Amino acid sequence: MPEYTRLIHNYLRHDKKFPHVWCPGCGNGILLGSLIRAIDKTGLSKDDIVLVSGIGCSGRLPVYVDFNTLHTTHGRALTYATGVKLAKPSLNVITIMGDGDSMAIGGNHFIHAARRNIDITAIILNNSIYGMTGGQYSPTTPYGMRASTAVYNSIEQAFKISELAVTAGAVFVGRQTVYNAKLLDNLIEKAILKKGFSVVEVVTHCHVQYGRQNKLGSAVDMLKWQRDNSIPVEKAAKMSPEELKDKIITGILVDKDLPVYEEEYEKVRERAKGLA
Amino acid sequence: MPKRVGMEVSIAASEAVRLANVDAIAAYPITPQTHIVEHLSEFVANGELDAEFIPVESEHSAMSVCCGTSAAGARTFTCTSSQGLALMSEIVFIASAMQLPIVMILANRSLSGPLSIWNDHTDVMLVRDCGWIQCFGENGQEIFDLTLCAFKIAEDHRVILPFIVNMDGFILSHVIEPVELLDQETVDKFLPVYKPVYRLDPDNPVTMGAFAMPDLYTETKKAQDERLKASKPVIEEIWKEFGDLTGRYYSPIETYKAEGAKTLFVTMGGFSETASTAVDMMREEGEPVGLCKIRLWRPFPFEDFWKAVKGVDTLIVIDRATSYGGPGGPVASELRSALYTWEDAPKVVDFIAGLAGRDVAPGDYKKMYQRAQQRIASGDIAGYEIYGVRE
Ligand SMILES: Cc1ncc(C[n+]2csc(CCOP(=O)(O)OP(=O)(O)O)c2C)c(N)n1
Ligand code: SF4
Repeated sequence: MPEYTRLIHNYLRHDKKFPHVWCPGCGNGILLGSLIRAIDKTGLSKDDIVLVSGIGCSGRLPVYVDFNTLHTTHGRALTYATGVKLAKPSLNVITIMGDGDSMAIGGNHFIHAARRNIDITAIILNNSIYGMTGGQYSPTTPYGMRASTAVYNSIEQAFKISELAVTAGAVFVGRQTVYNAKLLDNLIEKAILKKGFSVVEVVTHCHVQYGRQNKLGSAVDMLKWQRDNSIPVEKAAKMSPEELKDKIITGILVDKDLPVYEEEYEKVRERAKGLA
Repeated sequence: MPKRVGMEVSIAASEAVRLANVDAIAAYPITPQTHIVEHLSEFVANGELDAEFIPVESEHSAMSVCCGTSAAGARTFTCTSSQGLALMSEIVFIASAMQLPIVMILANRSLSGPLSIWNDHTDVMLVRDCGWIQCFGENGQEIFDLTLCAFKIAEDHRVILPFIVNMDGFILSHVIEPVELLDQETVDKFLPVYKPVYRLDPDNPVTMGAFAMPDLYTETKKAQDERLKASKPVIEEIWKEFGDLTGRYYSPIETYKAEGAKTLFVTMGGFSETASTAVDMMREEGEPVGLCKIRLWRPFPFEDFWKAVKGVDTLIVIDRATSYGGPGGPVASELRSALYTWEDAPKVVDFIAGLAGRDVAPGDYKKMYQRAQQRIASGDIAGYEIYGVRE
């Protein structure tokens, strides 16, 4: 067994949760590998990590790994995670959400968690569709693309998750494709180590729902598309909006420091105690 | 003469909504309701249905939108299941209080947790007291028929209340059954264009969703209760009219082989078909059993129920939801209190069965029957038993 496979196996719940529910070729598995490698590099112990997920194909991810895991309700991962973090700030809290999970039904929680700057790492699997329920359009389905609730193609504009996160105040925002798994490993590692609300938008493929409805080919074809359409943020800075149309801007979009919620909260408690 | 065509029950349900010529639909996908939403969005997109299909981000928004469209005078439809209903429940209560005749199909699915997508009635019991008219269908034809009737009943000026048609998830929503559709002309005659009594109209402004101080709230609630109760004869009248039109008659309580029965099984929804097979089987073996099906759950049809169970020794209730730590499953608890003042009331033996898609086959009814005899013999009929638990 090669070393990187062995490493992943150290973190899986072998005896319980396999086979997994994902379609063969789904990008969710690549992200799972990436996440494990990133956590391994941070040197954090399994018991210090809490993975919180919502509902969707993406939401199944924590079920397979040997961390503290919390599989919650659709759209609410960040609210449960906020509770976990405030109750036990020493834990490293990571949420795994889908684009529907985080941007549609749970969109409100997302912008407020970013604004509040609570120390949570939000990993969003953006496959541009509601995968689990059968390919209905999501807030990230691009204009003009087909979904089972948009059989004559979507007439809405899509959210750009990372840009939304930047605007909402997240202190660390990065985007990467599952094609570039190594770069994704690094990005996730940085996001986990960052203090404050950090967002990793993982551009991935759902070849079964989104790909099939839009005739985008196999999982491999969609991975190639990711490869051919990614532009590092540094390079993108020198390009025009026209040139960047339909491209995936990858890398770190924002890395700044702002007061972190739990620390501020602790200060308030200290102050209040002093008054008593 | 209309033909019976094999189709998925979700498609039959969507056909009913299309034929009802709704004006507005707002719904959010959730298993096992998704096929209905998808079909409807397709009908709207390709012009087969001239309606607004309003995209939403969650069920809470779906029901809120429905309240808005209905208040503006549009014939409005939505559908959901389980967690979706839980999330929209805040607004579900608003719809009935504001007398908005929205029609909802609820593809029944268990509530989390543990997370399950399978069928039982825990979702509908969550909103038992929401003030909507609530009925159950047991097969595809019934879902089609009851959905069409639901619009007519909900919008009748003697009623004007929202309506839930319960359809068991998967065991109905995803199966293919022969269904006889109606043509548009027939439906249009049966279900004319919706004429709201009150609606938001700039020329005749009204206030909806007003605040009530303690001196008014109780009166409002009494009026709401009276109105729901008063819908029953209208429901029966419209089901009768539908029967005269199609030959398919529906009643609040229906029985099967109840004549001469000493024991009646009591079921709601899709389980009723299996229960009738079980009754056939047991009758052949000489057991005096029959079946009582509750079609209309709200307003609860007391008189019809009393008539159906008069002279029977035992009712075996199949409850498909739990009232943790309570007196019994929600159905049995109601039946017991409905019978409380009766001198010679039948004994009510309650089984909670078929949770989250657990199969209840005809043989299981026989086992429950035997178990009921044991429970009666040992005097242990209070409370409930959760049937078929693997020890
Ligand atoms: C309150 C509620 N509404 C609807 C659903 C049904 N549902 C389950 S997953 C899902 C969408 C999943 O899409 P996304 O979040 O993009 O994740 P993916 O499956 O693509 O990973 C929906 C609508 C639900 N579980 N709960
Ligand atoms: S439906 Fe799409 S997102 Fe879900 S497991 Fe399959 S490929 Fe992945």
